[in-house]
Amino acid sequence: MTQQPVLSVRNLAKTFVLHLHDSKVLPVLDHVSFDVAAGECVVLGGPSGTGKSSILKMIYGNYAVASGEIRLSQKEYTTDIATASPAEIIALRRHVMGYVSQFLRVIPRVSALNIIAAAARDAGKDDASSIQQAQKLLSRLNVPERLWNLPPATFSGGEQQRINIARGFAGDHPLMILDEPTASLDAVNSAAVVALIAERKAAGAAFIGIFHDEDVRKIVADRIIDILQFSAPGKILAA
Amino acid sequence: MSAVQNQNKGYNFAYLDEQTKRMIRRAILKAIAIPGYQVPFAAREMPMPYGWGTGGVQVTAAILGPEDVLKVIDQGADDTTNAVSIRAFFAKTAHVAVTTKTAEATIIQTRHRFPEKTLNENQTLVYQVPIPEPLRFLEPRETETRVMHALSEYGLMHVKLYEDIARHGHIATSYAYPVEVAGRYVMDPSPIPKFDNPKLDNCAALQLFGAGREKRIYAIPPYTAVRSLDFADHPFERTKFNSCCELCGATDSYLDEVVTDDKGGRIYVCSDTDYCEERQATGFSPHMREAAE
Amino acid sequence: MSALLTARGITKRYGARIACESISFEVAEGEVLAIVGESGSGKTTLLNLLSGRLAPDNGNVFYRMRDGNDRDLASLTEFERRLLARTDWGFVHQDARDALRMGVSAGGNIGERLMAIGDRHYGDIRATASDWLARVEIDPLRIDEKPTQFSGGMRQRLQIARNLVTRPRLVFMDEPTGGLDVSVQARLLDLVRSLVADLGLAVILVTHDLAVARLLSHRILVMKDGQVVETGLTDRVLDDPQAPYTQLLVSSVLAA
Repeated sequence: MTQQPVLSVRNLAKTFVLHLHDSKVLPVLDHVSFDVAAGECVVLGGPSGTGKSSILKMIYGNYAVASGEIRLSQKEYTTDIATASPAEIIALRRHVMGYVSQFLRVIPRVSALNIIAAAARDAGKDDASSIQQAQKLLSRLNVPERLWNLPPATFSGGEQQRINIARGFAGDHPLMILDEPTASLDAVNSAAVVALIAERKAAGAAFIGIFHDEDVRKIVADRIIDILQFSAPGKILAA
Repeated sequence: MSAVQNQNKGYNFAYLDEQTKRMIRRAILKAIAIPGYQVPFAAREMPMPYGWGTGGVQVTAAILGPEDVLKVIDQGADDTTNAVSIRAFFAKTAHVAVTTKTAEATIIQTRHRFPEKTLNENQTLVYQVPIPEPLRFLEPRETETRVMHALSEYGLMHVKLYEDIARHGHIATSYAYPVEVAGRYVMDPSPIPKFDNPKLDNCAALQLFGAGREKRIYAIPPYTAVRSLDFADHPFERTKFNSCCELCGATDSYLDEVVTDDKGGRIYVCSDTDYCEERQATGFSPHMREAAE
Repeated sequence: MSALLTARGITKRYGARIACESISFEVAEGEVLAIVGESGSGKTTLLNLLSGRLAPDNGNVFYRMRDGNDRDLASLTEFERRLLARTDWGFVHQDARDALRMGVSAGGNIGERLMAIGDRHYGDIRATASDWLARVEIDPLRIDEKPTQFSGGMRQRLQIARNLVTRPRLVFMDEPTGGLDVSVQARLLDLVRSLVADLGLAVILVTHDLAVARLLSHRILVMKDGQVVETGLTDRVLDDPQAPYTQLLVSSVLAA
């Protein structure tokens, strides 16, 4: 049974124009094409500076696309994120795409529990289920209960990142985008994340991510795509 | 000098020149046509300072005729300074008949009270008004209050009453209590006690209001609906007195408190002197404790 | 038009100086749009044009009324415009003193809109005002105190309650956190965020503070010299600015 891929990237290109530096043009990526299917985890590999993070951000709608398509397929219809309106992207982020970055962006006063519950609510869960979901994820990621009702501003880097991960996973999204999610975690907590990923994959979610930790990559990746092949001509690579 | 002018010691009848009277009458007609609406008018400098009834005097002067009988009261009494002076003013400049008896008057100029006796269709009540704008103390901008009246935006008026209840547990406004006229304009009935408010409703007499310093005239035509503002759960309530008049025994009139000695002694007497005297003359006294008609 | 508010070619000039040049955009129900720019960018003028406080020299502003009809703001009578401003709209000023009646109690301030639309039950009005005080984190026991006895942050929250009591669908905000201490700002922003989410409010928010825009808004309009230089999803514009001025703005912000 061939399933339509959840994510289809075609001829994606990215260029930065640094207007503050005499409008210097920095080409980064060109002709990026790949698919991600439900239940699989695709890892973007390659050295630093090749634009791996930029690809993830373009998929999430956080970065602008120079040219190309990013087709996200759901049951009945497909959206091209590269040309979607802000309202469409917001809707996709609510119900279809989850994103976990390297660091938690801290906002004051909101407790760890509520940060995660809010993400679940955005995805359509009711208040009670959202709280439950948040509690489950916090437990899975070994966050001590005494921290649950505190705002994460004073947490350690590792604790903050686990809140970040829980928030990303709260919505049960069909497509998960992970940008170095375990970078600041120890072995125990990395393992917890790996288990979460495996669980969701088995449930049919598609994953696309960047993992620098070799051990983690070995376990989670179904395919590794070397981004170096998509470097834009004229791109200056690190020595 | 004409015979009339000679009679009036050189003044034109009722002091004002005929053109001014015409202007004021136009304002009065407009006010009657739009009940409760404040009509601006070109008030003249009168031979008494602002705050002494110049608005009321100008209205009276504009409508007074040689056949009229004038009564002037101040806080219900015919014999206080303001009433005596104004009565003398019109006696001198118009040589009209004056009276203290409400029943005999055709024009009654009043400061801060409505007579106890029911008025009839042949009478006109002229009120002296200090501040005509009921919203003034909440909204100091004239530009804004004019728009509020034009657009019937009276939420703020109820805010004032809300504040009263919040502060005192009941609507504490006891005089100058705002009313809605003919279901449209909200009006300040001048600083009459709220006890008098029900008398404005469906009154047979024409009621005219003059504010000299603020230069506004407004009116309530005869038999017009006048409703005191209130809340559904704090309805308008008439003031009740615990005693009757010490002189005539009336239980249905507005009473003034009179301090009689320096030991805290006090008596209550009718504020409307004519009403009280009439009752005493017909034999009423506190000992009979007659019920109100 | 499915949008709640639509601006088409809005232009305003002061003599030869252009305050707003041909600005067009839409705001949907429940959407928060931030208008950012530095002093003189025209953002406050734009807010005043959108809320009917100023008339544009060119262009139209359309608003979808509660009955579903799209009305050109210029075609509203003064009565309709003032009624709209009191019921379906809110306007949060930078200085609460411009919006509150400082001589009226907190309860009276919140209840005024209700009394203006005809509510006449004292007990109900007071109960609603009390509810709202709690919602904006002011102790309801302070319902009879005047705003002169409140701190700046409390006054701002009272202003918000006063605006929201009639359940408006669109709220205009002009630098709502300007002039407040940082911790007070944080509390206010948190409150605004939750109210917007709970009530499904559409908000047009003018601010010079990019962090406030990021926290509260879905979309952002970047203005310079009366023109929109960039627009889009807030995090996209702030994380991957395309226009030169936006790049300058974003790079100029100091991190704590």
